[in-house]
Amino acid sequence: MSLKDKLSELRQRGLADIKKSSDLKDVNQVRVQLLGKKGPITEVLRGMRDLDAEERPKVGAFANEIRDDLTAALTQRKEELEQAVLNAQLAKETIDVTLPGTPVAKGEPHVIQQIVDQIEDLFLGMGYQVLSGPEVEEDKYNFEMMNLPKNHPARDMQDTFYITKEILMRTQTSPMQARTLEKHDFSKGPLKMISPGVVYRRDTDDPTHSHQFHQVEGLVIDKHITMADLKGTLQVLAHELFGDKFDVRLRPSYFPFTEPSVEADITCFNCGGKGCKVCKNTGWIEVLGAGMVHPNVLKMAGVDPDVYGGFAFGVGPDRFAMLKYGVDDIRNFYLNDVRFLTQFTKKG
Amino acid sequence: MKISYNWIKEYLDLNVKPVDLAEKIERTSVEVDGVTTPSDGLKKIVVGHVLSMEAHPDSDHLHICQVDVGEDEPLQIVCGAPNVAAGQNVIVALPGSRIADNVKIKKSKMRGVPSAGMICALQEIGFSEDVVPKKYVDGIYVLPADATPGDAVYDYLGMNDSMIDLDVTPNRGDMLSLFGTLHDLAAIYDQPVKLDQPDVKEDGTAIADQLAVHVDDQLSPQYRMRLVKNVKLAPSPMWLQIRLWNAGMRPINNVVDITNYIMMKYGQPLHAFDYDKFAGNDVYVRTAKAGEKLTTLDENDHDLDENDIVIADDKAPIALAGVMGGLSTSIQDGTTTVAIESAVFEHDHIRKAAQRHNLHTDASQRFERGVNQAGVQDALDAAAQMMNELADGEVQTGTVVGSQNIPEPAVIDITLTHVNAILGTELTMDQVSHILESLGFKVVVNGDTLTVTVAVRRNDIHIPADLLEEIARIYGYDQLPATLPTGRMTMGTLTDKQRLMRATRHSLEGLGLNQAISYALTTEAKAQMFMMRASEPTHLAWPMSVDHAVLRMNVVSGLLDDIAYNSARKVKDVALYEQGRVFYREDGTDRPSEEEHIAGAISGTLMPEAWNQAAKPVDFYQMKGIVAAYLKDMAVNGDVTYVPNADMPEMHPGRTADVLVHGHRIGFLGQIHPLVAKQFKIAATYVFELNLQAIIDMPKQKNQYDVISRYPAITRDIAMLVDDDVTNDQVVALIERRGGAFLQSVKLFDVYDGVKVPKGKKSLAYTLTYQDKHETLVDDAVTQAFEKVSKRLEDDLGAQIR
Ligand SMILES: [Zn+2]
Repeated sequence: MSLKDKLSELRQRGLADIKKSSDLKDVNQVRVQLLGKKGPITEVLRGMRDLDAEERPKVGAFANEIRDDLTAALTQRKEELEQAVLNAQLAKETIDVTLPGTPVAKGEPHVIQQIVDQIEDLFLGMGYQVLSGPEVEEDKYNFEMMNLPKNHPARDMQDTFYITKEILMRTQTSPMQARTLEKHDFSKGPLKMISPGVVYRRDTDDPTHSHQFHQVEGLVIDKHITMADLKGTLQVLAHELFGDKFDVRLRPSYFPFTEPSVEADITCFNCGGKGCKVCKNTGWIEVLGAGMVHPNVLKMAGVDPDVYGGFAFGVGPDRFAMLKYGVDDIRNFYLNDVRFLTQFTKKG
Repeated sequence: MKISYNWIKEYLDLNVKPVDLAEKIERTSVEVDGVTTPSDGLKKIVVGHVLSMEAHPDSDHLHICQVDVGEDEPLQIVCGAPNVAAGQNVIVALPGSRIADNVKIKKSKMRGVPSAGMICALQEIGFSEDVVPKKYVDGIYVLPADATPGDAVYDYLGMNDSMIDLDVTPNRGDMLSLFGTLHDLAAIYDQPVKLDQPDVKEDGTAIADQLAVHVDDQLSPQYRMRLVKNVKLAPSPMWLQIRLWNAGMRPINNVVDITNYIMMKYGQPLHAFDYDKFAGNDVYVRTAKAGEKLTTLDENDHDLDENDIVIADDKAPIALAGVMGGLSTSIQDGTTTVAIESAVFEHDHIRKAAQRHNLHTDASQRFERGVNQAGVQDALDAAAQMMNELADGEVQTGTVVGSQNIPEPAVIDITLTHVNAILGTELTMDQVSHILESLGFKVVVNGDTLTVTVAVRRNDIHIPADLLEEIARIYGYDQLPATLPTGRMTMGTLTDKQRLMRATRHSLEGLGLNQAISYALTTEAKAQMFMMRASEPTHLAWPMSVDHAVLRMNVVSGLLDDIAYNSARKVKDVALYEQGRVFYREDGTDRPSEEEHIAGAISGTLMPEAWNQAAKPVDFYQMKGIVAAYLKDMAVNGDVTYVPNADMPEMHPGRTADVLVHGHRIGFLGQIHPLVAKQFKIAATYVFELNLQAIIDMPKQKNQYDVISRYPAITRDIAMLVDDDVTNDQVVALIERRGGAFLQSVKLFDVYDGVKVPKGKKSLAYTLTYQDKHETLVDDAVTQAFEKVSKRLEDDLGAQIR
């Protein structure tokens, strides 16, 4: 048998062995057997010494070709087997992806906080400052400087928790208006502020009353502020909180600290304005009080009402939350049932 | 106040439905609480004529009536009313009818006798018990003799009228009357309105010879009386009774009804006295004297206060002025001479008297807000005229006047420029002056200026801003443009404090706690728990309940209330935080100072049991981890340390630590005392409370970039036995102090005090990490440093290195 034939046969047998190998160990054995230092190819090549100088390169080339073929076959077989092992392992590792994910501890902001933050962000964007005042107030700031002198009948509208004759739990966040007006330097620019916070009324707690609730007062004072600006501002607020489809309408009302005073209604959430039980068939729901700041309020704070004027409004985040989410009992906001607190988590 | 749609239509030619009129009023003047038509929901209720009546054979109180209801055959109706009688016209609910509260009436048998329908009391067709004339309260109602059997009853009883219920704000006292409302509607609908003028026929003697009044005009700026003799008391005519009961007032007799009617029409409360019951011929308007008493019309006794205004005769008070008359001089059967009072009383006195005596009447409500001071005499004359016409009374000549300080009308200058500048409108002079004139104000225009003489009845209008409201509302708020403020720019930014407070909330939410908002008013005991410093409690003067009577001086107790609320509802895993104020008060001061606090509480577990993990109940170290992570977020500048505190009465003495920043105590954390848990009826709970204001005020670290070393770190583990009372803090502090220049961090990885260590000892194990930022560390250098620190631990803390 010629060397060439020997090599051909070697290739045949080698390829068959490679094919037969069933695991990586086998493949390795076959590799050592075929291509190792003691393997047949090395042996054949060793036998080349006996060949003609003419034949030698041909046979050499042929032997190299065979060695390359076998090496390639081995590599391929090895990869096939590795893939099989990996596939088997992956199959073994397969899990039920429908099992629930591991719980994560995650807290949520209070729903009223969410609404307050939303209002704050809206007004910050329109150049307002956010100011918060004391919850325990002086009668002077809570009432007198809001044009509610002692014995004013409208004081009966707001039952007050007094601590002493002159000290009380603020019934509104408007005292911050008076406190800020007193200090504001109008030569540095207009006053645009909101004051969010907790307020207190002497009420018995029931589904629609709470002795503690929240308020956000807004105040803008400058030289050329109009009632149309108030209307526009309230419209922006309604759109921000509830959506563009909601309309605002103003109705006359009475607050001692504003003149003219208005109450603002927005389109009923429940029926979209068609009329339903929630809105008593009017299509509108009362959401806030507002008006043009009463000249007395400005005067008492040392601001000249002939030069400066503006508007004020007061919104109740509790009421907004109740309307927006259909919360039927205001006490839910202060009892902190976790099942209640974690309902308002949608951020998308 | 309920105002009649039909009555309004007698004066104004309105082509609008009651609901639309109500809507217009609500949009333009005052709120409307509702519109009701009494006949709404009723069906097949007709006039019946009782032809005959006989006793029911099987009952001692039922009657069998044959009733003509305008059909060919009379109906037989069994009726139990004590006052039913043959010959009466009555209210019949026919078979198939619907009466009040949606009740259907069918043919039936009563004790065996067939009954085709029902003879009704007013209450049964929807009248409120307190407006039904006394005579008919306990029986059926008898209709006028001229009613036609078979006719629907509604028109006979005024039930097809619609009542618009006005919710009048404190400034709009003028709207508490027909005339006031008409003035507004005249402006709203831009129609002239003509109000009838009284035309009183006087005869008899001059009143001055029969009655004198002595008035303190500070208490009563106007006080007028007329005298009407020989009145014949009788029920009022139907039209008058209808006006009253539809407005919610019970018809009593013609004299009393007239005073109520005039009040509704003019807004002027009147009072009718029985003149013959006066002691003497003098009437005094004064304040009550100490010890004086009065029994009012409603038969209640009142101890009078020296600030009460009373009407008195020579002997005693006979009325609580502006609130309610006295019983002794009231109109009763037998009254023949009536003294009618029409007056104005100082509103503040009236408001307080009504509060003091808890008597909020139609009269007091009007005097508190102010009546039309230009119409006091008109109302008096109109009442006298009606007593002449309806009760045959002889109106004595003249009016006795005790005081007559009619205020001058307000005169206000306003410019058109100002109107448009404030409202944001482009109204013309004609538009503005027309609006004001349509309200009944006089307007003189001079250039840009309007000089407005306000009608006296509008006592709420004093300044230009008040006129702006009138112009705006009559013009219509819907017609105002919607714009945003222009002018000088302002920046809207949160302050550092506000940003930190927001960051606090976000941090704690990220750490798994839900935001709670609890009540700041609590019980006296809870207010004083978990105190972080000495303070006096602040009490409300008049709390609504003991549960909310004192201002909190801690936030934790509110969170425990919340946990208890959850626990009672079987929610056992609760993790809450609250950001809010506490109120500290110095002894001797009235007003507490307010301090922002941040507190947290966890009961149960933050990590509930799942299919792949067991529940991990909250413990001290988890809460400490949360506090530490939060403080790290806030980047307070200075070491945070935790020092055991066994002295807080509400906290577990062995599981409580003070939280210190740079050596200053800012709060505490730990497990609440088991007895406190028991008191709140909650499971083991871990809490923290920190002075947020202190955190806000502390200097903060700023973020900065630190090069990450390219050179490898080398770690060494060390385990040691130490005495039980040696703390982790001591060990770490010593390692950090003596660990050498390349020590990067010390991390505790094991604590063991079980059976394998000697009693009184514990085993602590740490990983020390060394690194040089500038070159690769040599092993020898690390070994050297490590040995040095080991030696120190042995020498200084008596550690046995293992
Ligand atoms: Zn609706």
